[in-house]
Amino acid sequence: MTTAATDLPPPEPSRPVVLWRRFRRNRAALLGLFLFTLVVGMALTAGLIEPNDPLRRAGVPLTAPFANWDTPLGTDQLGRDILAMLFYGARISLLVGVVATLISIGIGIVIGALSGYFGGWVDDVLMRITEAFQTIPSFVLLLTLVAILGSKIEWIALAIGIVSWTAPARMVRAEFMALRNREFVDAARNLGVSNTAMIFKEIMPNAIPPIIVYASVVMALSILLESALAFLALGDPNYASWGNMIGQGRAVLRTAWYCAAIPGIAIVLTVLSFSLLGEGLNDALNPRQKK
Amino acid sequence: MTEFALKIENLKIALPEGSDRPFALEGLDLEVRRGEVVCLVGESGSGKSLTAGAIMRLLPEPHVHVAGGAISVQGEDILAKSETEMKAMRGERVSMIFQEPMTALNPQKTVGWQIDEVLRLHTKLTRTERRARVIEMLERVHIPDPPSAYNAYPHQVSGGQRQRVMIAMALCLSPGLIIADEPTTALDVTTQLQILKLIRDLQEQEGAGVLFITHDFGVVAEIADHVVVLSQGKMVETGTAQQVLNAPQHPYTQALIASVPSLTPSPPKSFDNAPVVLKGTGLNKTFAAQGGFLSGRRKSVTAVDDLTFELRKGETLGVVGESGSGKTTVSRIVTRLLEADSGAVELDGTDLLACNPRQLREMRKHIQMVFQDPMASLNPRKRVVDLIAQGPIVHGVSREKAHAQARDLLALVELSPSAANRFPHEFSGGQRQRIGIARALALRPKVIVADEPVSALDVSVQAQVLRLLADLRDQMDLSLLFVTHDLRVAAQLCDRIIVMQKGEIVETGKTAEVFADPRHPYTRNLLSSIPGRHWTPPKLEAIAI
Amino acid sequence: MPLPIPPILSYALRRLFQAVPVVILIMIGTFLLLKLAPGDTVDALVGDMGGADAAFIERLRIEYGLDQPVWVQLWRYMSKLAMFDFGWSFVYEQPVSRILMDRLGTTLLLMATSLSVAFTIGIFLGAIAARRAYSTTDNLISTLGLIFYATPSFFLSLMMILLFSVKLGWLPVGGIKTITGFYTGWDHVVDVARHLIMPTAALSLIYLSFYLRLMRASVLEVAELDYVRTARAKGAGESRLMVHHIMRNALLPVVTLLGLQFSTVLGGSVVVETIFTLPGLGQLAYQSVIQRDMNTLMGIIFLCSIIVVVVNFLTDLLYARLDSRIKLT
Repeated sequence: MTTAATDLPPPEPSRPVVLWRRFRRNRAALLGLFLFTLVVGMALTAGLIEPNDPLRRAGVPLTAPFANWDTPLGTDQLGRDILAMLFYGARISLLVGVVATLISIGIGIVIGALSGYFGGWVDDVLMRITEAFQTIPSFVLLLTLVAILGSKIEWIALAIGIVSWTAPARMVRAEFMALRNREFVDAARNLGVSNTAMIFKEIMPNAIPPIIVYASVVMALSILLESALAFLALGDPNYASWGNMIGQGRAVLRTAWYCAAIPGIAIVLTVLSFSLLGEGLNDALNPRQKK
Repeated sequence: MTEFALKIENLKIALPEGSDRPFALEGLDLEVRRGEVVCLVGESGSGKSLTAGAIMRLLPEPHVHVAGGAISVQGEDILAKSETEMKAMRGERVSMIFQEPMTALNPQKTVGWQIDEVLRLHTKLTRTERRARVIEMLERVHIPDPPSAYNAYPHQVSGGQRQRVMIAMALCLSPGLIIADEPTTALDVTTQLQILKLIRDLQEQEGAGVLFITHDFGVVAEIADHVVVLSQGKMVETGTAQQVLNAPQHPYTQALIASVPSLTPSPPKSFDNAPVVLKGTGLNKTFAAQGGFLSGRRKSVTAVDDLTFELRKGETLGVVGESGSGKTTVSRIVTRLLEADSGAVELDGTDLLACNPRQLREMRKHIQMVFQDPMASLNPRKRVVDLIAQGPIVHGVSREKAHAQARDLLALVELSPSAANRFPHEFSGGQRQRIGIARALALRPKVIVADEPVSALDVSVQAQVLRLLADLRDQMDLSLLFVTHDLRVAAQLCDRIIVMQKGEIVETGKTAEVFADPRHPYTRNLLSSIPGRHWTPPKLEAIAI
Repeated sequence: MPLPIPPILSYALRRLFQAVPVVILIMIGTFLLLKLAPGDTVDALVGDMGGADAAFIERLRIEYGLDQPVWVQLWRYMSKLAMFDFGWSFVYEQPVSRILMDRLGTTLLLMATSLSVAFTIGIFLGAIAARRAYSTTDNLISTLGLIFYATPSFFLSLMMILLFSVKLGWLPVGGIKTITGFYTGWDHVVDVARHLIMPTAALSLIYLSFYLRLMRASVLEVAELDYVRTARAKGAGESRLMVHHIMRNALLPVVTLLGLQFSTVLGGSVVVETIFTLPGLGQLAYQSVIQRDMNTLMGIIFLCSIIVVVVNFLTDLLYARLDSRIKLT
């Protein structure tokens, strides 16, 4: 009779291998990965394209793309090299995006985990605060914060993080509330596991996959918010930023539309890459839906 | 008209590539005559539910599809029909009753509307005629006050009532064939018997053929004329209910029937001289009215009302009751996973409920728990060895020592040592429950509280796990508080039982005595509702599993 | 004997009771935040005047109560706010309440058109994509949804202006109406509608993609539920399943999102109103930040919070209407 109990299925391949196989099945996700690599590549090689200042005058103002090979994508009304600014803009977008996402997800995890795990008055208080943040239109709050803190790149990243933590917090809270009632949490409590260990060692590992997927959404939103700020001329004037390029391009829209169109396409593709990556990660990490 | 409501010949259903086997069903032959109930019996994964899907032509095609054979319903070849022709057949000539009355009805439509839909789809009756017909159907399935039930939403009626609504829906056009897919599995035992009777009565009145899908031999004994047994997609035995239940031929059927726990408790052992290990006194728990965000205030519910019990060393005390009886709350209060409102739980003389958090953590190692759902109770991100060793490590045992102990425990619960480094999802349900038991034993507790530990398992696996629990209890001189809804299981394992109803103890005593001579009307009702209580599983020598 | 209160009224009161602390929290937070800003109203005023002597500045500070401790100022501001007195805008030289009322209509109009467009088209496309899941139609719709999501509204606005105003000359570049037109009656409506086409498109696109994706996922999920199988077994066809059994349940999460996102849409109007020079609250917010018009900014935040609270209440009512399991009490 022991055989029936001891028969085990053959061992499964390791988790990263399984995840990669599932990710690979989604062709759109692979496109996302490709675009993502491209943008990261641009950010890393910006120094090679333009070793000095991307905001210096590089040629005759308003040179059209492909007209002069010193400035392959043309120049803007101040004679600045659009290609160089595009590469440096990738740096800013990714940098602001990553920092803001870390801040946003960080706050979200802390608030969501405490709220969802403890419930009761802790949850009440934290949720009132979250509601307050959700009630103010986030972009108005962002403008206000930038007006107060100033337009330095660090402050912009911080401000974006501060206005976008509510959705991750609610997501983490929902995840914790659901997991808190699962029997394995009762089982661990019954073994005498402490609250801290319960949050970090029992529940958190199970909540990580949706958090990772959500991080890609926050990343995309942060990049959009940064570009909108820069478009409104509230970005850091010391760095080339895609949003700022579009804002400047607005003045010459009638004659030199490429000044706004090129950085615009860069934003679309970058944000698209994060959305596609997010969907791929979701397929890989939560293989619930069958085809 | 043909005498066959349903005739299946050599049916094959193919599964998508990469499944554990190429065919869900291989070569099923089955006949349902008019006025006859045929039970299709099998454990999970046997392909019994897909058979129903194939007859209704509602398989998730093209991934799962009929790969061969013939199905005829009342003489008509189902497989040759177009989708439009099938739509006309479904609900009118073949209808279905599903397992989960909770989810099988649309939450946004009234009960009346949903029965009415069948009439709207298949008849040209006027609004008033249809309404009269629906109300008549509600009466026939014995729903009190049909006109007001007509306007009720599914969430406003009880589980048993919902299943009556499903039956009304299935029968309202008097179909020649009714497929019932585990229709009573989700119901309490007393409701189950009523529903079985209702299906039997209506089927006799209508003269319809019923294909009744179930895993429960008690239910088979209650309702079947004919039985077909499936194992892993293959038909292993078929015959009249008498033959299959009392003289099964195939070893698989024999093993299945041998796994059905007998209703005759073993002769009582005396524990009067053993010391009391666990003692509950005056326990109360009321779930407060919850001010939901949208739903507003609800009534408060008394889950446990003045509960007092004693558990002696080496003894197994069963807590038996239907859903809502408070039996699960008892298991959570005793382990202090839930705070009681008042009362005391003394473990070797120390009141668990009066402990401060530090004392409580220390005390927990003496009272451990085995949970109902072996999948949900094991953290999916932890390896088996870590799961089992977690308790000892929390209580100060070194990592190496705890891991070594965990490997020994695996052997004790009859799992191979190679299981240690696997994750829970790689195991079957029975194997997972063994891991759960090993985890509970790792702290060498005095008391184990088991909350429906076998109710999620197939009957053959159930028997193995119960035997393991009993062996370990005797070996290690454990005391067991065993919560269950299944009176057969209780009869097998428990020395004494407590019968609970609506949070109160209605009867308590030695299992054999309670079963032989129940005092309280509720206990009598429970015992007389056990499906197949008149059938004593034959004593079979050839126990293969 | 207690008076019978209709459930919707007692529910509204309970929600009001919950919303008041949230709004108070917002206003206190914003007030203190703005106090952190370098420079106050007087600095801004004096800057506009091109400088003034120290005694005059001091007098102004006392006049506006800026010499008082922050807590006193906060108390004064909050007690005035309780009377719906938002103070005076030194930039517009008007009471803030009057400026807000002038601007409110435009913003509400833009919100209403954008959200209706996004919601209707979003759930429609989402439902189609889900019913033809993994087909070419689905792939096309889902890809479009992702691209809509990735396109910043300001970029889309510029490209639309380039195409429809500059190149084709079909639509006006900005404003809410033709200033020299003096249209009345139906002509006025048509004129305003022409001005709203591009802003609405720019603002609704990202939300359209949200609703589309959520609706698709929701329909796919509901279609797998047991009661849909029950309806199939009754002989219901696909279109009947969709209309009577799937749609209503699938809409529930989308309605929830509608309420949750309203404040983000209000935020999005800042960019769109600024580009299309629409005289709404969004444009006003941007200008107040640039010009450090603190009273106006506070007023906008207060008004927006109230709008969001009201809209959330309305979506809850809609949700309760759609979901028979929920009874308002």
